[in-house]
Amino acid sequence: MATYDFVFDKLGLKEWCAQNQTETPLSMRELLARSRGDTESSTSIWELPFPSMDALNEACRSFPQSRDLTKGLENGFLSIKDTLSIFLDPLTQPLSWFLDGALHIMQITPWWIMIPLMLVIVLLVTKSWKLVTFVGISIAGLAFIDHYDYAMQTLAIIFVCAFICVLFGVPIGIAMSRSDRMQRYTIPILDMLQTLPPFVYLIPLIFLFSVTESKLYGIAIILYAIVPVIRLTNLGIRLVDKDVIEAADAFGMTKRQKLFRVQIPLALPNIMAGVNQTIMMSLAMVVIASLVSAPGLGVLVLRGIRNLELGVGLVAGLGIVVLAVILDRVTKTSLARINASQKNEAD
Amino acid sequence: MNQEIKISIRNLYKVFGPEPLTAMQAVKEGMTKSELLEKQNHVLGLHDINVDMKAGQITVIMGLSGSGKSTLIRHLNRLIEPTEGSIHVNGDDVLTYDEEALRKLRREEMSMVFQKFALLPHKTVLENTGLALWIKGNEVKQFEEEATKWLARVGLQGHENQYPHQLSGGMQQRVGIARALTSNSPIMLMDEAFSALDPLIRTDMQDLLLDLQRELKKTIVFITHDLDEALKLADHLVILKDGFVVQQGEPQEIVMHPNDPYIIDFISDINRARVLRAYSIMDKTTQAPENSAGQVSSTTNLEEIIAMSHGDTSLVYQVMKDGEQVGTLSMQSLVKALVPTHSATRAVR
Repeated sequence: MATYDFVFDKLGLKEWCAQNQTETPLSMRELLARSRGDTESSTSIWELPFPSMDALNEACRSFPQSRDLTKGLENGFLSIKDTLSIFLDPLTQPLSWFLDGALHIMQITPWWIMIPLMLVIVLLVTKSWKLVTFVGISIAGLAFIDHYDYAMQTLAIIFVCAFICVLFGVPIGIAMSRSDRMQRYTIPILDMLQTLPPFVYLIPLIFLFSVTESKLYGIAIILYAIVPVIRLTNLGIRLVDKDVIEAADAFGMTKRQKLFRVQIPLALPNIMAGVNQTIMMSLAMVVIASLVSAPGLGVLVLRGIRNLELGVGLVAGLGIVVLAVILDRVTKTSLARINASQKNEAD
Repeated sequence: MNQEIKISIRNLYKVFGPEPLTAMQAVKEGMTKSELLEKQNHVLGLHDINVDMKAGQITVIMGLSGSGKSTLIRHLNRLIEPTEGSIHVNGDDVLTYDEEALRKLRREEMSMVFQKFALLPHKTVLENTGLALWIKGNEVKQFEEEATKWLARVGLQGHENQYPHQLSGGMQQRVGIARALTSNSPIMLMDEAFSALDPLIRTDMQDLLLDLQRELKKTIVFITHDLDEALKLADHLVILKDGFVVQQGEPQEIVMHPNDPYIIDFISDINRARVLRAYSIMDKTTQAPENSAGQVSSTTNLEEIIAMSHGDTSLVYQVMKDGEQVGTLSMQSLVKALVPTHSATRAVR
């Protein structure tokens, strides 16, 4: 006799319950109870179980158990999976090409072209020789301990993913800033993307795409890292001085002129802060993505964990820290340059 | 006064709130502003405004904060849409304009100067000044000359390549004025343009504006909460209170004959000797007085006449306009006019 028998008796569902008397697999709790030998269900008020799915199932075999819920979700996903991949596969295919292409370029370009090229780019965006020296020493250091290839793979993945994040994130952010309704619907999605443990969205992706495709980790990284650039673009445009917008209206700007000549330039510091965050988050995700075959320093970290190779894991981990510091300093310095050229009225 | 009417506002109402039209009904049935706020949770911004603004004149709209003056000026270029009424510019009803026509109006007919300057912080002074031309699709090279000319006119030559944040408040507002002038529009809307400036700089800017106006003869709509500023600049003064026009007319006329306790309160603190001019207190007559102490122009203010008389209250002056006598002014009536309308104040209260 189970605790909640009376519920089904009262509702007159006894027959419906009886229909399904075939033995369902035992739950863990039942197994434990049986092994302890106390099949007697307790009637003490102190041990009253919550009327959960499993507890109700005990009283009525036709009532679904909670593991049917997860099972149902899985079956549901599997049944739409094929249709879903028909659409998603070609749509996301370019991502694979981008990633493979970037990885390929990073690998075939010899280091004596790649390193100077990167230093020139750093100099162009930051105009700071100090930073160029720092980047040069860091990369040379990584190369010296034979981590150059891994580091370049990680960088290639980050560049591609961050670029795509900006490509999609900025327009989405602009759309959000223009419509309160769009903002209302988008924010919960962004919140979910940001708080969902990063491992969790690897799971459906593994079902959808084959693990050998690079777009699998590409999508995971983009989903995780696109949030800050969307949020900060939206915020940046909403924070643009209302008086300046009014002046733009009063002098007869079209919406397009207002967007490209006033709103985006003035929101640029915030957008760039979002890009900085996006790059940092893709770096965090690229390590986790090595679980699904993303190449780079993450692979070494994973090896360190799996084989308990302390040195390998630590060195690779520190390599990631070095990359993070480089990317952060470079983006922050170029951001500071933008800020300096457009301080708000100082009166 | 026979200049053409440039802007004409008729029966203009503005109700702020989710359902302005229902609230509008209540207002027409005589509900007051505070009742409307309490019972329907709508704010009555403007209530039956009728103002004509003549071409080439400075029309000053004065009122305290919350009187609806900033709302009113934003109706002229439809930054705010009215709930009811009509606004005609050059005889055209601007409320019937579609987006395209409205943009043309804003680009070619009107320019605006803002209280907080509202310059583009990421553009140089020169680029800010040429904003109106830039919006119309001109490149910097094409408007450089025009913009430089107006910058020089407001006293900012040499600052073309600086950014707004490098300038002081007064200089930023000069850029704001140059920006409005460069658009070459016949109408200038000035929304508390000088209120954020220090008193001395404010006086400078008022003089600059009057100077420019003598030369350019634009139709200027000027918003202010400062009565001294209003009296100094206005050809036509409109006093707003809680969305109503309390009194409008020639500023001298309003000072001499205020028709509302609100205005009497307002004008009790001003320096009447500096505001009032000979023509508004003289006795109109073309007969020369017996013992004329001299001639004064009809626009001389009382302060200057007092200085001229060395305080002798027995003198009588001839008031002249265009070389002919239009009236006489005795120092006794001048002294009387200096006393604020206190007796009137008590009578009205």
